[in-house]
Amino acid sequence: MEGILPEGFAHWLIQASYFVAAILFIWGLKKMSHPRTARGGVVWAGIGMVVATVITFAEPGMHNYLLMTSAIFVGGILAWWTGKRVAMTDMPQMIALYNGMGGGSAAAIAAVELLRVHTGAGLTHDAFAARELAVLGALIGTVAFSGSLIAFAKLQGWMRKVYRFSGQQVLNGLIFLALIVLGFLLARTEFSSGAFYAFFVLALLIGILMTVPIGGADMPVVISLYNALTGLAVGFEGFVLQNPAMMIAGIVVGSAGTLLTQLMAKAMNRPISNVLFAGFGTGDDGGSGVEVTGSMKAIDPSDAAISMAYAEKVIIIPGYGMAVAQAQHKIWELTQELIKKGVKVSFAIHPVAGRMPGHMNVLLAEAGVPYDLIYDLEDINSQFANTDVALVIGANDVVNPAARKDTSSPIYGMPILDADKSRNVIVVKRGQGTGFSGIENLLFFEDNTRMCYGDAQDVAQKMIAGVKSV
Amino acid sequence: MEGFIALYIFMLAAFTGYEVISKVPVILHTPLMSGSNFVHGIVLVGAMVALGHADTTTEQVIGFIAVLLGAGNAVGGYVVTERMLEMFKSSKEEG
Repeated sequence: MEGILPEGFAHWLIQASYFVAAILFIWGLKKMSHPRTARGGVVWAGIGMVVATVITFAEPGMHNYLLMTSAIFVGGILAWWTGKRVAMTDMPQMIALYNGMGGGSAAAIAAVELLRVHTGAGLTHDAFAARELAVLGALIGTVAFSGSLIAFAKLQGWMRKVYRFSGQQVLNGLIFLALIVLGFLLARTEFSSGAFYAFFVLALLIGILMTVPIGGADMPVVISLYNALTGLAVGFEGFVLQNPAMMIAGIVVGSAGTLLTQLMAKAMNRPISNVLFAGFGTGDDGGSGVEVTGSMKAIDPSDAAISMAYAEKVIIIPGYGMAVAQAQHKIWELTQELIKKGVKVSFAIHPVAGRMPGHMNVLLAEAGVPYDLIYDLEDINSQFANTDVALVIGANDVVNPAARKDTSSPIYGMPILDADKSRNVIVVKRGQGTGFSGIENLLFFEDNTRMCYGDAQDVAQKMIAGVKSV
Repeated sequence: MEGFIALYIFMLAAFTGYEVISKVPVILHTPLMSGSNFVHGIVLVGAMVALGHADTTTEQVIGFIAVLLGAGNAVGGYVVTERMLEMFKSSKEEG
């Protein structure tokens, strides 16, 4: 686009725009971390993105504008269309998918730059450690790309099996070693297309191999980790291209994503190393050391409704089972009926309820539940002791007292919602089996627990009728 | 760019990311992950520059893929984040 703007002015304008974009990204993320301002946050960050993208067309010395615009249109429209259509329950895998695209893009940038170094046209010679960073970004971005796609396939239900074979970790180690050697060759020696292609193929492979053995329950942590990795890859490619908006946005996301990953792993009591290098939910450590005593006692939905209608305080604990049954709207209706009767109702959300932290909040928000009725684990756990009824609906492991009592349980040490401490517990559940993780839930056998079997939506409907009849 | 300047940028940006997230309530974890996923959609800008300087056909093909994926990341990330955050309402607000 030489000629439209004098080169000096174009350079200044581009740098100024990237600066503004970087500020808007950080400010937007900051606003996104509070519920009241969150929506404005994403809009500001969006403005930053538009500013940065538009001004990039003015970058001097570029060609291929037709290819560029058509790629933006095709990619943008496809993503817009899928993003608008996806159901809220499927949000986690969509995030994984878009994140994989970002990782793939960063890796592809690295590939172009490495090829350009080879043809001698590289703009990367003057940048600090440009080839090393390009290689590193390529590796991280490619792993995030193939890993995210596997995570997407798993959450979408296209890949139900957990693949594991003996010697897997040795194989991963060998591939990783090969990647280091190839990366060194690419960064430091004469270009060889054999090393170039082998590097990318192996990087794709390691992303797949790392992700296939991980069970669905751990996927949120994995997606968050790949999100952080993509950020890092983008940041590294930003250093390669000397693009400050990419450097700052990428590294900010890299570190924010790492912290978010840690928070999630902590909430699930699953150290990140365990998630990546050990299996979970495969049943090889399902034995429980504490004897299960007592029996499960059933209750009718209408009886359960009456005990809630006469309660002073009810806490609802929703889990992914509720979302699968699409019962959140009915539950909100039930809540409104209870509030009309003068019952104080709150929602207690475990950090990993749903498919990832905060996912349940999104699902409840979709049903119209105001966020100030919704409480985190730390805020509500002390309140169970003076609660009349805890209504557990579609949740299982997050209310299992085995996490407190049974040192041999795989979930021992995981913070749980202390539903068992309330005076009465009503559990809405489809059948008598164990949940997602296959662990027996001690709560179901407690004296103050009543089981209400049936489809969550159905049960909620009957409960609404029950409350109305009081 | 001089190595140490690059390192300073890296360090300060890393601290900023950490600080921005450190006080976020759990209810916003998923939208925020989605929001940060959108922010690294800035990769689109780099992809445009890479494609803009691509000469050989191989470079053009890879550059095209880079822009395609980058645009998908940015647009998709924005749409889903916006859709999620749109639903967060307080009981004091109407509608």
